[in-house]
Amino acid sequence: MGRFILRRLLISIPTLIVISFVVYAILALAPGDPLSQFAANPQVPPEVRERIREALGLNQPWYIRYVKWLQALVTGDFGFSFMSHSPVRDLIAQRLPNTLAVVGVAYVVGVLIGLPIGVLSAVKRYSPVDHSATTFAFIGISVPTFFTGLLLIIIFSVKLHWLPFIYDSNLKVHDLATFTDQIKQSIMPIMVLALADTAVLTRYVRAEMLERLPLDYVRTARAKGLRERFVIIGHVLRNSLIPVVTLVALGVPAVFGGAIVTEQIFRVPGIGELLVRSIGDDDIPVVAAIVFIFAVLVVLFNLVADILYAVLDPRIRYT
Amino acid sequence: MEKRYLRRGFALAVTAAMALAACTPAGTSPSGSPSASATPTLSRGAGGELKILYWQAPTILNIHQATGTKDADAGRLILEPLASWGPDGKPLPNGLASEIPTLENGGVSKDFTTVTWKLRTGVKWSDGSAFTADDVVFTWKYLADEPTASANSDYATGITSVVAKDPNTAVVTYADPNPNYYQFGVGGTGVILQKKQFEPTLGAKASESPENLKPIGTGPYKLDNFKPGDVVTYVINDGYRDSTKPFFKTVTLKGGGDATTAARAVFQTGDVDYAWNLQVEAPVLRSLIDTGGKGDYLGLAGPNIERVNLNFANPDPALGDNRSEPTTKHPFFNGPDGKIVRQALAMATDRATVAKELYGDGLTGKASCNQLNGNPVFESKNTASLPVCKFDVAAASKLLEDNGWVKGSDGVRAKGSIKLKLLFGTTNVSLRQKTQDVLKKGWEQAGFSVELKSVPASVFFTNTSPDGANKMFYDVTMYTNGTDPDPTTYMSSWTCKNVTAKANNWNSPNYHRYCNPTYDGLIDQLRKETDPAKRNQLAIQANDIIVGDVVVIPLVNRFAVASGRAKALKGVVLTGWDSEMWQIADWSK
Repeated sequence: MGRFILRRLLISIPTLIVISFVVYAILALAPGDPLSQFAANPQVPPEVRERIREALGLNQPWYIRYVKWLQALVTGDFGFSFMSHSPVRDLIAQRLPNTLAVVGVAYVVGVLIGLPIGVLSAVKRYSPVDHSATTFAFIGISVPTFFTGLLLIIIFSVKLHWLPFIYDSNLKVHDLATFTDQIKQSIMPIMVLALADTAVLTRYVRAEMLERLPLDYVRTARAKGLRERFVIIGHVLRNSLIPVVTLVALGVPAVFGGAIVTEQIFRVPGIGELLVRSIGDDDIPVVAAIVFIFAVLVVLFNLVADILYAVLDPRIRYT
Repeated sequence: MEKRYLRRGFALAVTAAMALAACTPAGTSPSGSPSASATPTLSRGAGGELKILYWQAPTILNIHQATGTKDADAGRLILEPLASWGPDGKPLPNGLASEIPTLENGGVSKDFTTVTWKLRTGVKWSDGSAFTADDVVFTWKYLADEPTASANSDYATGITSVVAKDPNTAVVTYADPNPNYYQFGVGGTGVILQKKQFEPTLGAKASESPENLKPIGTGPYKLDNFKPGDVVTYVINDGYRDSTKPFFKTVTLKGGGDATTAARAVFQTGDVDYAWNLQVEAPVLRSLIDTGGKGDYLGLAGPNIERVNLNFANPDPALGDNRSEPTTKHPFFNGPDGKIVRQALAMATDRATVAKELYGDGLTGKASCNQLNGNPVFESKNTASLPVCKFDVAAASKLLEDNGWVKGSDGVRAKGSIKLKLLFGTTNVSLRQKTQDVLKKGWEQAGFSVELKSVPASVFFTNTSPDGANKMFYDVTMYTNGTDPDPTTYMSSWTCKNVTAKANNWNSPNYHRYCNPTYDGLIDQLRKETDPAKRNQLAIQANDIIVGDVVVIPLVNRFAVASGRAKALKGVVLTGWDSEMWQIADWSK
């Protein structure tokens, strides 16, 4: 197992280098311009623009910038943002807690609700429970988050005045009152995101369960006189979990990537919001850093999923 | 002035600033009654938290390294200029200067080469050290230092020296007589940096200095906490020179989101006290204001003009490397019938519908046929009567017909092998796409064929992209910018010297490739003329030329201020020439 992990980690190094090259090349060759904020401003003459370009290091060819960027990356330095002129590392560190508090919690909630509902609606197939779960799941899958987000804002903020829709990242939770405030300001984005996560997971778990329920080993388990609950959880669910684990594990990097649309709507200063704004501003160092971190996490959680297979299915052995 | 930066994002490029000191209550016409003329007696820190919402988040607080209005506004609570640009486009002494230097008081020399700024005495930086003329001198050095690459360095151009005559007097000397003698030190681009803090950052690494995120200032507030791209919190600067101000204990300036929900937050839920730049489509904005009840709308015209730009060079892809080079001639805008076709295009431009349906006729913008807007003293009254400023498709068609441009079976007019086919590019903002649709309708009726194109702002406003406004591989483009209080630099954008070309890396501001010696002559006179009335007259003449010659087709004077404030918030005075935060020390509840 140890050797397997080591081998996989070593293989991932060239993969990540290739990814970093592709990401940087695409960004550098894209037609945007970090100086476009100055647009048609006659008070920023050409010489000044060229000087700013030079100060940002943009006067060098992109492949040289890439090599420099990669060198710095090895030491954990993601460079400076073109827009805020502060280290990209700091920007990401500032935003990660907000993303985890909203997108992360929503993901956990989604998994905690989605799994049991999926199991239940498979076991009680075509019952009212199944029908309502299916309806709910289809709503969750088909209604986009920008719609549910605005809907919630109009209902709970504009009409009822119950919840704020401007996220306060300076709120520090230290007692019950501030904890309530934190719940109030994050419950809407969490609901929006959890709805989508739950819906997908419910359908997935349900399908996997249904596939295995009629199998021979399930009949054998029942014939042995095992309690139904143990048959479902110990036999059917455990076997159904293997593909579900892939889905859940590969969803974790997406949590770190933030929720682009939902964060924007609720003004949650998370990674997704940073990413989309930086793309708009052509802030290459920030975009490259986020995409690269995302790539690292995808590679990492692929490995985690593979390891979990072995835990769930004793027949799988890595040597 | 900070407003000169182009606002973008959802993004209309918007530059600088303003006119009458009128607060416009929801949807009504400007009333001319400044809401804050009567300053109530304030006491420092009596108020609680002031909540401000910007849908673009500030990313840096050193205004001289900043790129956008959001940054310049957020920095302005901390940093102060020598004087601010007031509502009438004239400097007001609410900054570090104790009075405004003029010709009359001898502060401006008779030959227009030196300006002597008398500074307030006893002013302290928020770290407790004394503010002196040395800081003013240093700020000039900071702007002028080339490796430091300040975006505001143009405001130091032509200055030979800034000298501290004594701790409370700074003398600015220009190389040549400069009628625009308030060039340095006034408004958002003139904020003074602390020498002690920023001197070590001078040089090529200036932009990466962490000090840019925590400037020490003399303003009413000092920085408490800044999360770039998210939120700034401020607390009272205890050493602020006016012991009765500011009223609010803390200020939170939150950034991000979109303009529509920002409007909801101030008009409907009352979650914030002030919401900036609510450039939402007029019908939507009006309904939010009318149904909200929690806030008032603040609208103020300024210099920003949304206009159609015509290309005098040929953007034909068949030209290869010579595409849109000024040496080429546009087939129908710059051919023998050039002026006729340009006039016809202008006459078929339905500016009134755009202003009414999309800008609410005075809500977020108003129809204008002038390139130079924002101050009655240089707003031309001659253009309104010009045929090119009147929407008349029949007349446009007739003009083309009479000159041999006949409609083909496809409804597109042609003369010989030249067809009136237009490629019309702008940024991808829904307001602009709707404007494109309105204009296309009129132009097609007159016999033009119109292909619409829209690209993201970061692709459009650049000299590198083939889809950009600079290279102008389009026949016509559309965007907004506007002048400073002094129109010289702005109007210089259309001189022959400023024609953009590959040779200047597509960087010069004359994207139209328009070259007219008469126009250049006027601008040369404008640069030298010192009499204010004559200067305005020259600026008006220049405006009339580019409008009458149809280099531009002005559409809408987009408001410099289109913000919302809570009903309880008092003391907000609008100026279109400076930051919306220019007198935040006077705000109260």
